[in-house]
Amino acid sequence: MADVQTIARHIPDRLESRGARLIKSWETLLVAVALAIFLVNSFASPYFLDPWNLSDATFNFTEKAMIAFAMALVIISGEIDLSVASIIALTSTVMGYAVQLGFDTPALVMIGLATGLLCGAFNGLLVTGLGLPSIVVTIGTMSLFRGLSFLILGDQAFTGYPASFSWFGQGYVWWVFSFEFCLFAALAVIYGVVLHKTNFGRAVYAIGNNQTAALFSGVRVGRVKFVLFLLTGLMAAIASICLTARLGSTRPSIALGWELEVVTMVVLGGVNILGGSGTIPGVVLAALIMGMVTFGFGLLNVPGIVMSIFIGLLLISVIALPILYRRFRGRRSH
Amino acid sequence: MKILKTLLVTAAVSVAMMATAQAETKKIALVVKALGIGFFEAANKGAQEAAKELGDVEVIYTGPTTTTAEGQIEVINSLIAQKVDAIAVSANDTNALVPALKKAMDRGIKVISWDSGVAPEGRLMHLNPSSNPLIGNMIIKLAADNLPDGGDVAVLSATATSTNQNVWIEEMNKVLPNYKGINVVATVYGDDLADKSYRETQGLIQSHPNLKAIIAPTSVGIVAAAQAVTDAGKIGQINVTGLGLPSEMAGHVKSGASKSFAIWNPIDLGYSATMIANDLIGGAEAKPGAELKMGRMGTVKLDDKNEGAMADPFIYDAKNVEEFAKIF
Repeated sequence: MADVQTIARHIPDRLESRGARLIKSWETLLVAVALAIFLVNSFASPYFLDPWNLSDATFNFTEKAMIAFAMALVIISGEIDLSVASIIALTSTVMGYAVQLGFDTPALVMIGLATGLLCGAFNGLLVTGLGLPSIVVTIGTMSLFRGLSFLILGDQAFTGYPASFSWFGQGYVWWVFSFEFCLFAALAVIYGVVLHKTNFGRAVYAIGNNQTAALFSGVRVGRVKFVLFLLTGLMAAIASICLTARLGSTRPSIALGWELEVVTMVVLGGVNILGGSGTIPGVVLAALIMGMVTFGFGLLNVPGIVMSIFIGLLLISVIALPILYRRFRGRRSH
Repeated sequence: MKILKTLLVTAAVSVAMMATAQAETKKIALVVKALGIGFFEAANKGAQEAAKELGDVEVIYTGPTTTTAEGQIEVINSLIAQKVDAIAVSANDTNALVPALKKAMDRGIKVISWDSGVAPEGRLMHLNPSSNPLIGNMIIKLAADNLPDGGDVAVLSATATSTNQNVWIEEMNKVLPNYKGINVVATVYGDDLADKSYRETQGLIQSHPNLKAIIAPTSVGIVAAAQAVTDAGKIGQINVTGLGLPSEMAGHVKSGASKSFAIWNPIDLGYSATMIANDLIGGAEAKPGAELKMGRMGTVKLDDKNEGAMADPFIYDAKNVEEFAKIF
């Protein structure tokens, strides 16, 4: 009898060791890409490795990355929110309007957050309440929210934000660390914990992998999705506060086209566009990569259109590489 | 040992030379609303010309892909990081660029705006392509130059409430007595709509049989008026002039409906902005009443808002319109 036990096969609880998985993971690839870009930039321009310059460069991505965290959750759950840039515009416009009425900084922030939450709730209600596809709903609200902003502002601009308000976009917490960058870091930790360490996070993955199974397992699918749209609205509002404070003015064309940059960031971060998988560290790395590429190319005065081409190629190659690798390995083993 | 020594000395000398060369070259950034726009490409041509003339200036021509303030701020941040000596910007937003440009000025960079201005707290001075009195004088001069014996002229404006056009017409009326024999017989409004401008021109042709020239200080109006004159078979009899774009007017200049018209010259604008930036780097101060050097364009005098006008609008006629039509 004892012999039987010794010859029993060991069944591993995961297919590869922890170390092997880490090496092959998406995040490792992103870290490698980030390091490569960092090195190339350091050699290509003498101005890259300057704490203040790097600090200035973080403004390229912090606002977009804040939205990308919430967007990552939405995409993992199998939905999408394309109205985020328009929520920025509407939030900024409403805050600008409140300035004309004489509200001060604390009230402006509350009004901004409330506007973002309302926009998010509107999206959430249409998606979960009426069961409409989120891509259709948010393409609609993308035009609707920016349209409202144009209606209020026309070709005018709101200016005259109080001096204390500008701190959100131009203030520094300590040395070179801007308020925006610290907020970005704090939000990264919060979203990382929520997605990877809580029941809510597990529910998001469950919905993205199989919504029906999740529903029958007792996950309140509708409620979770509604909360996710509230979160994108809230994040867009926070980004709007930062951006408006940084610019010191509002125009209806503010943050035009950001929704696609945010989605690019999320997908580059390894989130499956069809839902079900992805991590917050991946999104953080993608944000850093996009920020460094934009800034590094900017230092070399590379025209913006070349930057877009490079980001596009980076996106395609980073997505294609693992698939090609898997295919190559599969062919060899047969 | 000797070889090593030689190598070391050569290396040291070349490093020293590179260092001095870098210290001497002044970097002036020409930031435009967006790359790939003919008008700004032409401005860059002028800026490069200025750099060549000055010798010790490197012009960095840059701008965002789309005409957004956010894109321009990213560009400005990277220019601050490169420690350029001056930034000359045509702004996508009067106010939104101010915080970024203030930061640039805090770090010792000379900031000016040209073409499309920045709010006063975000720049040292603003270069307008021209000024209202110069434009007002130019539009009547264009008509009068082709009428040595005088005659009746009419004005086709934009809307009755357009600030720009009204100021220009007012300035025109001030200098009208200088042009003997020229009578302004009517002012009509085409609302900057092609069809309304066309119909208003037809009305002018019918009600003023002795009309010799039509002045349209609007790029929409001048094209519509030239078309109406052509369609009425009045080429050679009525000369259409005013402010227009070479690309839209080239055909009408060729047909003779318009003998000449005016608008700013983007090449001169880029040239002058670079020259002014260089003057400021050299220690010139931008304050009301100051005169800044613009090379072959002379000097610009700043008003009490630290704004200055470059020159008369540039005249386009059969000799040069084809060349500029390719640009804008």
